[in-house]
Amino acid sequence: MTAVAEPRAAARERTTTERIVRFLNKTPIHIALGIIALIWLAPTVGLLVTSFRPRSDIQVTGWWESFLQFRYTLANYGEVLSGQGMLQAFINTFLIAVPSTLIPLVLASMAAYAFSWLHFPFRDGLFLLVVALLMIPVQVAFIPLLKLFAPTGLLNSYGAIWLTHTAFALPFGIFLLRNFFITLPRDLIEAARIDGSSTIGIFRTIVVPLSVPAIAAYGIFQFLWVWNDLLMALVFVQNGKAWPMTKAIQNLLSQYGTEWHLLAAGAFILMAVPLLVFFSLQRYFVQGLLAGSVK
Amino acid sequence: MQADPPGGMERVAVSSIGVAKPPEAPKQIGRRYDRTTLLFLGPPAILMAIFLVYPTIYTIALSFNRGRRGEFTEWVGFDHYINLLTGDKSFLDLGSFPPEGAIWNNVLWAVFYTSLVIFLGLVVAVLASRVRYESIIKAVVFLPMAIAATALAIIWNFVYAPDSNIGLLNAILSPVTDRGISWLGNPSLVNAALIAAGVWGSVGFATVILSAALKSIPSEILEAARVDGATERQVFFGIIIPMVSLPISVLAVTLLVNVVKLFDLIYVLTNGGPGTKSRVIAFTMYNDSIPGGQFGRGAAVAVIMLVLLIPIMAYNIRRFRSSRVT
Repeated sequence: MTAVAEPRAAARERTTTERIVRFLNKTPIHIALGIIALIWLAPTVGLLVTSFRPRSDIQVTGWWESFLQFRYTLANYGEVLSGQGMLQAFINTFLIAVPSTLIPLVLASMAAYAFSWLHFPFRDGLFLLVVALLMIPVQVAFIPLLKLFAPTGLLNSYGAIWLTHTAFALPFGIFLLRNFFITLPRDLIEAARIDGSSTIGIFRTIVVPLSVPAIAAYGIFQFLWVWNDLLMALVFVQNGKAWPMTKAIQNLLSQYGTEWHLLAAGAFILMAVPLLVFFSLQRYFVQGLLAGSVK
Repeated sequence: MQADPPGGMERVAVSSIGVAKPPEAPKQIGRRYDRTTLLFLGPPAILMAIFLVYPTIYTIALSFNRGRRGEFTEWVGFDHYINLLTGDKSFLDLGSFPPEGAIWNNVLWAVFYTSLVIFLGLVVAVLASRVRYESIIKAVVFLPMAIAATALAIIWNFVYAPDSNIGLLNAILSPVTDRGISWLGNPSLVNAALIAAGVWGSVGFATVILSAALKSIPSEILEAARVDGATERQVFFGIIIPMVSLPISVLAVTLLVNVVKLFDLIYVLTNGGPGTKSRVIAFTMYNDSIPGGQFGRGAAVAVIMLVLLIPIMAYNIRRFRSSRVT
């Protein structure tokens, strides 16, 4: 062994020791995080597993024991989709959520553009009013809007809930998009204007294309907001055939509280789309949610 | 906030190109587009006027009225408010100890839900930052934020089921208990159980916000403190907490808004029960006015919600205005 190799070996040994020490130091952290992960996963996994278990098994053994039996079925999904009308409710949720996302998306973008790049009297005062409207709880609108909608028949279709969702989404959308639009390069917009682009042209060809991340974040946030909403549907969808999934599942629970197989499958159908969005568009999703924290 | 000159309009007349303004305030494209401005602003403004502003005024006025069928029949002054706050034990009962009622439950939520979400969010963010699989932990904890409160309620309806073949919690406790505990049916447990479910649903949100805030702390400061012999506890309470106090306060405000608006979880999981033990303000508002038909009273509850949110509204406006300086 040469004199040169010795310190090298010692150095290696030191790093190995350090590594072991570091790992041992972190063991409590790994254990703590393991417990945290378990607490946050077990309830949801339990629901998923239960949704695939035959009804007879659910009554006798816990879902955590089912891994030994390994008896799973899709029958619960079939029953809840057709027998309990969850398929229709799924379609209804879509029919409510898509316009309730697209309309505010368009209107909020337009208003945000006006608030950031157009000029009109009391602009900043009006914008502060929009910020103030962010905090208005939907409960404040229930009684007057029910009276307003009652003679129109909109409560029996989706009209009432589209309009209400749209109006209550606007302050947040305008706030969020305006704050993004004002960060767009001023020179670009000035140049387009000097080149003769119209106000609408600048909006369509410059502002919107450059703001896709912000608009997407808002769109995803709003879509999931509406998708997951129960309260507005309770008040503004009075036709039982038009009820969204949230209401259908709440009904399922209050009518057949112990039909666990139906509840589990139904809840998972409700969760499927948000989870899909969450996993595929996580970046936009988290962005939208963080920005939405003011809502 | 930098005062925006009210005479912006005149400045346009002088020079059609927006000048004389710091770059942070983008200005007009031109005055000759006034009609286009109306096109851009008109539809959203009309919608907000009809569906937000008008109902707010209507509801405030209705709360001082008998309000039968939601109409202005008879002026009753503060009767609904007095009745709610002193005569309705399901809304506020200060006579018992501890107090009870929907408002009191909201206070419980405000205290325990908010502090637990922030505390656990901070714990998860700090712990996760020390390991390589940080993003996985954050995603796992954040997952409940994606799903509907209705689905969250169903998930916890399973966890809390008294039958130990269904209820995870009772299955875990079965060695030490004779019979399954009815978490949601027991008046002294129901609020704690609901708050726990709410906390579970929101910790991920706090984790993501606080994790971003923690990452913005310069690592030299933490290292310097550790080199100087500070314990992990001292680093946590002496450096990390003070440096994330602003994100924490923003987070706290957001969570308090959640508490005031809390409805779905209660409605699906307990329907305010057993009895009226787990009611919250938003639940009372819906329950008394929509199925209950007591519109004047419901309007008063809605106004109480609004009043609780006004300080938060003011805070947001102030934060927004001050943020424009930076």
